[in-house]
Amino acid sequence: MPGNGRVKVAILGSGNIGTDLMYKILKNPGPMELVLVAGIDPNSEGLARARSLGIRTSVEGIRAVLEDPEIRIVFDATSAKAHVRHAKLLREAGKAAVDLTPAAVGPYVVPPVNFGEHVDAPNVNLITCGGQATIPLVYAVSRVTPVQYAEIVSTVASRSAGPGTRQNIDEFTSTTARGLEVLGKAAKGKAIIILNPAEPPIIMRNTIYCIPASEDLDPQTIRESVEQMVAEVQRYVPGYRLKNPVHFDRRETPWGERTVIAMLLEIEGAGDFLPPYAGNLDIMTSAARRVGELMAQHMLARVTV
Amino acid sequence: MSPVTEPRDLKPPRVTDTTLRDGSHAFRHQFTREQVRKLAAALDEAGVPVIEVSHGDGLAGSSIQYGFSRVPDLDLVEEAASVVQRARIAVLLLPGIGTRHELKEAVRRGATIARIATQCTEADISEQHFGLAKELGMETVGFLMMAHMRPPEVLAEQALLMESYGADCVYVVDSAGAMLPWQAAAAVRALKQALRVQVGFHAHNNLGLAIGNTLAAIEAGADQVDSCLRGCGAGAGNAATEVLAAVLDKAGINPGLDVFRLMDAAEFLLAPMMPFQPFPDRDAVTIGYAGVYSTFLLHARRIGERLGIDPREILVELGRRKAVAGQEDWILDVALDLVRARGEAPVRG
Repeated sequence: MPGNGRVKVAILGSGNIGTDLMYKILKNPGPMELVLVAGIDPNSEGLARARSLGIRTSVEGIRAVLEDPEIRIVFDATSAKAHVRHAKLLREAGKAAVDLTPAAVGPYVVPPVNFGEHVDAPNVNLITCGGQATIPLVYAVSRVTPVQYAEIVSTVASRSAGPGTRQNIDEFTSTTARGLEVLGKAAKGKAIIILNPAEPPIIMRNTIYCIPASEDLDPQTIRESVEQMVAEVQRYVPGYRLKNPVHFDRRETPWGERTVIAMLLEIEGAGDFLPPYAGNLDIMTSAARRVGELMAQHMLARVTV
Repeated sequence: MSPVTEPRDLKPPRVTDTTLRDGSHAFRHQFTREQVRKLAAALDEAGVPVIEVSHGDGLAGSSIQYGFSRVPDLDLVEEAASVVQRARIAVLLLPGIGTRHELKEAVRRGATIARIATQCTEADISEQHFGLAKELGMETVGFLMMAHMRPPEVLAEQALLMESYGADCVYVVDSAGAMLPWQAAAAVRALKQALRVQVGFHAHNNLGLAIGNTLAAIEAGADQVDSCLRGCGAGAGNAATEVLAAVLDKAGINPGLDVFRLMDAAEFLLAPMMPFQPFPDRDAVTIGYAGVYSTFLLHARRIGERLGIDPREILVELGRRKAVAGQEDWILDVALDLVRARGEAPVRG
C-alpha cells in the first residue's frame, strides 16, 4: 500500500487516446496516481508530453509496466491485437486492466450501467465509442419498459476516425450492436456508423431509437429515466447532452406500426488533448478514467476494511 | 449553321439496372418476392447484363433509420438469381451499415458482383470489404457517393484507394442529383486519367439531368452506367433504363439492350406496381439544388408533414449542415430545431 493513499496506475499506448487519457487523469486524479506512460515509439508526441509533465515514460511498452510491482491498474490504449497479449501478462502480474481497444477480453463495462457487477474483474472492456455513448440511454429506457429493438446511428467527424476505426468498421457495428443487447438490455440491437467530412468538423452525434416491447408505456417515466441517465453520464462526460427532448414517433416496423422513441444526442469533448468535436474519443477516455477511479476506490476500500 | 458533330470513339457502356436496389427507396423497401422475380426475369430477357438487388441503403439497410424491408433483401437476391438466364446479380454494401457477414451470405444466395459504397471522401473504410469480395471471387465496383461535394482531383485520389483495395471499376455517384453535365464529365475524366480499372457513373434526376449527365459521362469515357426502369429510384429517380436504351441505340452504342422489351417492362410491369412515379417535383428539385442525399426525400416529407414544416426548409438546412450519405437521422434533428426556432414549444410527439 503506497504511502499517499492512492492507487498507482499506468497508461499503455502513447497515441492520441493514451495522451488524452493522461491529461484527464492529471486534471482529475481522484484516488489514482499516474506513475508511468509506456509506448513503443521513442519519437511519440505523447511520450514527449508526458516527460515534460514530469511523468515517467518508457519505450519498452508492456515490459516497463510489468517491471513496476506497485502499478495496480493499467489502461491499455494500444490495439486489439496487442491487448490480447497484454491481457494475459497483466493478469499473471495481478494488475487490473482497463481495455480501450476492441479486443473485448474482459466483460463490457459502461460506468453508470454495470460497473458495479465487475468491480473485481481483472480485465474490463470499454466496447466502442458508439457503445459508451448510446448504451446508457438504451438502458435508461429498458430499465423502465422492456425494449424489443434498439438501433443507434453514430456520426463522427472524419478527422476523429483514425486508421484503427477505418480498417475495422465492421467490428464497430457488430460490437456496438452486441453491447446494446448485453448491457442496454434490448432484445435485438443494431448499430450504424457514419463518417462526416464537413469542415469545420462536426461534433459527435448519436441517434438512439428504441422500440418498446409493449405499447402500454408511460412517456413521462421514460423521459425522467433518460434525463436522469444523461445527468449521470454528464458527471464524467460534461459535454454529453440531448439536443432535443426525447421524441416519441410512430413508424412502420416488421411488427406493425409501433411507437419509436428517438433520442438525439450530442457529445462535445472536453478538449483536454483532442479537439472538442472528437466527442467519440473523449467519451472513451472519460469512461476509462471513470472506471479507473471506481476501481481504485474499491481497491482502497478493500484495503482499509 | 454549324453541322452536327457527333462525338467520336464512343463505346457501348455496360448498363447495371438498379430498379431492385435504388428503386427500393421509391417502394419504401416493400418489394415482394413475386415482384422481384418478375422484374428480374423481364430485365434479363431484355438483355440487361447486371441487375442490382438490395435494400436501398445496401445489404442490412433494413432499419428504423432507413425503413424496414418487407422481405429480407438477401431473400430477394436469391429470388432474382433464381430466374435470370444471362444477367448477373449485384449487391450494394455500405460499410458502416452492412458488414462482410452479409456480403458472404449474398454470394451464397447467388450474387457475383459486389458494389461497395462510401461517402466520396471516406474510401478507406472499404478495404476489408473489397478484400473479402475478391477472396470470394466476386467482381467489384466502388461507389464514391455524393460526388458533387468534392472536386475531380479529390474523387480521383479516393478512387485510387478503392482501386488499390481491389475495385474492378469505380463509379462517380451523383447521389444528390446535383451535378451538371460538365461536372459529371470532369469527374469521370479525372478518374479515367488516374485509374487503370474501369470507371462508372450513377445519375439522379433531381435536376432533370439523369440521362444528360449519363450521356456526358459516357462521352467522357465512362465504361459502366446505372439506370432504373421508369427511373424508379430515390429522389426524382435515376436515368430511366428504357430511355437510356433508346438513347444509346440512337447514339450507335447500344450494348445489346432490347429497347422495346424494356419499354414494355417499364410500362406494363413496373408502372402498375409503383407507389408513385418519382419526378423532379418541388421537393426533389430542392434535393438537387441543395445537394443533399436523394433518399432524404420521403423521410423529409413524412417528418415535415408530421411536424408541419415545408420539407424544402428541412432539405436546404441539411445541405447547409453538409449532411452526407446515410444521415437520415438528421432530418428529425433539423425538423425539431426548425420547430424550436419558430418559438414553438418543443415537440413532444
